[in-house]
Amino acid sequence: MKKCFLIPLLAIALSFNAISKVPQNDIDLRSKEIGKSLRCVVCQNQSIEDSDAPLASDMRQIVKKRILEGDTNDEIINYMRRQYGDFVLLKPPFQKNTLALWILPFMLIVASGAWFFKAKK
Amino acid sequence: MIEEIAHFMLILALYGSLAQGYFSLSGAHKDSASMMRAGRYASTTVFALTFFSFLILISAFVKSNFSLSLVSSHSHTLKPLLYKVSGVWANHEGSMLLWTLILTMYGALISPFGKNIPLVLKSRAIGIQGLLAVGFLAFILFTSNPFHRINPVPVEGSGLNPLLQDPGLAIHPPILYLGYVGFSVVFSFSVAALIEGKVDAMWAKLLRPWVLASWSFLTLGITLGSIWAYYELGWGGWWMWDPVENVSFMPWLAGTALLHSIMALGIRHKLADWTVLLGISTFSLCLIGTFVVRSGVLVSVHSFATDPTRGIFLLMLLIIISGSSLSLYAFRSKKIRKHLKFEPFSREGGLIINNLLLVISCITVFIGTFYPLFIDALSGDKISVGKPYFDLTFTPIMVLLILFMGAAPLLKWDKNSEGQIISLLKKLILPIAIITILTFLVGKSILGALGLALAAYLAVATLIAIKVKTKDFKSWKSLKPKTVGFAIAHLGVAVFAAGVVFMSVWSEDNIGRIKVGEKLKVANYSFKLSSINTGQRKNYEYLNATIDVTKKGSSIKTLSTEQRFYPARNIVTTEAGFNFTMGPTIFTAISEGNSQDGWVLRANYHPFVTWIWLGALFMSLAGFISLFDKSYYRS
Amino acid sequence: MIRSLIPLFALLIVSIIFAVGLTKDPRSIPSQLINQKFPSFSLSELNDAENIITEKDLLNKVSLVNVFGSWCAACITEHPFLMGISDKENINLIGMNWRDDRTKAINWLNYYGDPYDKIIYDDESTLAIQLGVTGAPESFIIDFQGQIRYKHVGIINKKIWEKDILPVINSINMI
Repeated sequence: MKKCFLIPLLAIALSFNAISKVPQNDIDLRSKEIGKSLRCVVCQNQSIEDSDAPLASDMRQIVKKRILEGDTNDEIINYMRRQYGDFVLLKPPFQKNTLALWILPFMLIVASGAWFFKAKK
Repeated sequence: MIEEIAHFMLILALYGSLAQGYFSLSGAHKDSASMMRAGRYASTTVFALTFFSFLILISAFVKSNFSLSLVSSHSHTLKPLLYKVSGVWANHEGSMLLWTLILTMYGALISPFGKNIPLVLKSRAIGIQGLLAVGFLAFILFTSNPFHRINPVPVEGSGLNPLLQDPGLAIHPPILYLGYVGFSVVFSFSVAALIEGKVDAMWAKLLRPWVLASWSFLTLGITLGSIWAYYELGWGGWWMWDPVENVSFMPWLAGTALLHSIMALGIRHKLADWTVLLGISTFSLCLIGTFVVRSGVLVSVHSFATDPTRGIFLLMLLIIISGSSLSLYAFRSKKIRKHLKFEPFSREGGLIINNLLLVISCITVFIGTFYPLFIDALSGDKISVGKPYFDLTFTPIMVLLILFMGAAPLLKWDKNSEGQIISLLKKLILPIAIITILTFLVGKSILGALGLALAAYLAVATLIAIKVKTKDFKSWKSLKPKTVGFAIAHLGVAVFAAGVVFMSVWSEDNIGRIKVGEKLKVANYSFKLSSINTGQRKNYEYLNATIDVTKKGSSIKTLSTEQRFYPARNIVTTEAGFNFTMGPTIFTAISEGNSQDGWVLRANYHPFVTWIWLGALFMSLAGFISLFDKSYYRS
Repeated sequence: MIRSLIPLFALLIVSIIFAVGLTKDPRSIPSQLINQKFPSFSLSELNDAENIITEKDLLNKVSLVNVFGSWCAACITEHPFLMGISDKENINLIGMNWRDDRTKAINWLNYYGDPYDKIIYDDESTLAIQLGVTGAPESFIIDFQGQIRYKHVGIINKKIWEKDILPVINSINMI
């Protein structure tokens, strides 16, 4: 019975890993990765990578420029965050006001799992 | 004149639905057959009135009657007939009238389609359906009158938003509403059951076709929306986690949970209070969706022009409808609640896990969608919750769901059958391992390999379940429509999951600024910009690019993509060029540029993206097939 | 009983959030730059590509930096008001021509009039992104020391000017 629980946990761990990949040196790949996590501030819920808006294309240029200047991914994302605030981050940062956002789904899974095996009889 | 009659018919329909509510509910309470009959007649009359008024609105659009302000601001004489008609629901007032029309239609259909439903229960549901119609007809009459006249009458209309001029989007709203609003019937029966304080297997069986029909239409509607967004919005995304998408997806998740819990209730009298709560919640989520889209409370590409009174009115409707039904639930659910006993490794246990995971995933989407609003209301801070959040939270829940989904149908109903899981795993472990290793070697991605293995596991496990049901694929004749539905739906999920894995692991996108004659590379493909043409057609200026796509030197297809500028509305749209296949789909879209610096071109390689929609269409089809199961219609 | 009240309670919370949400504009993003130094930049002037403007040109006076473009429909609505204040008010009115074409912008100003003392030409959003601009028109008020004191999103008209902007300018001038 315990084994059955391990598989889903493993799956969760793996999907975590996949999404927070190590930054690669290739400029295009890195700018794409950064671009996917930045919101096009003039669009609705699109990343600057996905948007055709002129501002998004300018933001992509700045991302590329900063990569060439030797900035790390975090530095570039923080740069954008300084101008536009948390609004520009498509992946909300883990901080005080997003605690519930990040924790609730996993808490619900754990709680319902506990209930499931307790309530059976 | 005829438009005034249509307006008047809507006023009559409002009174009619009041009568429908009063006669049906009070007739059921007093057990008066004549009053209940009056309620049924009222439901048909209300539907007929709304229907004719809707027809008159359509004819006003077709005849380009610009004395109606709605027609003049959303139509044009030169539009093709299809878009004149679809223009009726491509705006706020018209689409709310369509919403209400479908609501009254379901109200009128309960009686003829529910011959096996006990009269009193049926009347209560019809009555509640009538009260819902009162709310929405009042909403239309007080805040969104589609028959508003303007003077002087303009000579020409201002046309339809070019983004919405698309055959896919023309049928998307009616289908989506057939699903969305269909859950109102489930809501009405849930409330009726609470009033009676009786929920049993019979009730579940009677309700199941309505859940199935609504769910299937909703699945189809969401799928059409996804296909439309993919080719029309010009960047090749099939799902954006946009608030407007999310609010249609939440009722789908809750509805899917309902579809399964009602099964447990229908067979073993279990989960009665939970099923009723799901019935109320699913429709409440539909109401929330309507509120969000119509009020513009979350900005979105899809939102229509916003007017605060509409938002307030819809929020009041939500509070009244959901609030009163949930209050009733709070007082009466104890009466229908039974102590839940089940074995974890049984099919019942599986259904419960299914419900838990679907509801948690629904809550997760809910939190993700509304958290920015919550933070803004609390502190004024603005944050965004986008795709990366849902990838991290929603996806793992779906992985868990699929794991249980494969095994659960093989288990015994209420007996602990741990052994079955072990024997299934023993059977599957070798083929799954081979698939995993092979995909890993070819695709060089652990995640991709595990993802495809998961999809394959679900497909094989579903096939094994069919093998058992058909006694080694021999006795197909005894297979019931609902079993066929189960198999196609679960296989559909497997196909869908495989498509999603392919898209998220192996799809490649490239954006570049290139000049005529230059190439943009993506995956093994090379996109050559062979020519650029500009010019003017009907009501827009265009910039057309011809792109020759080759793969390792051999020609694949010549694509054409366009950027269109509509001066009248100051709107730019992108017409993507693509080549849909069951395997790799290539996609290209042009945006701004000039001949000196080149043009910005997007080149996408999307392997098996079509499987995503194919899988979803399977699910929808499966729902419709299950509708033919005779066991739902026996009294 | 308490358990059966949970859904009702959830609805209550959600309704409150929706009700508050209706009173807020989801489009307006608060500026991150209030009371911070105007970002350093070096861009050409619209009317003279040779002439370079930097943040130093904003020092020692109260400046209003107004983001506009010939492509922006709302700017046409705002423009007459800017024309009206350009002579009357003692303020350094700086235009920031954003994401535009030099010729188109000059033609636009010839047609509608030029209220600006100087115009920064920012065709690649270099300054716009540093300022966190999300649309046009947008306006910033800069004090003597070159600090951003106020940001207004959308058009400025007489009412907004008197209610929101003039008090800021007066408070800067008082010190």
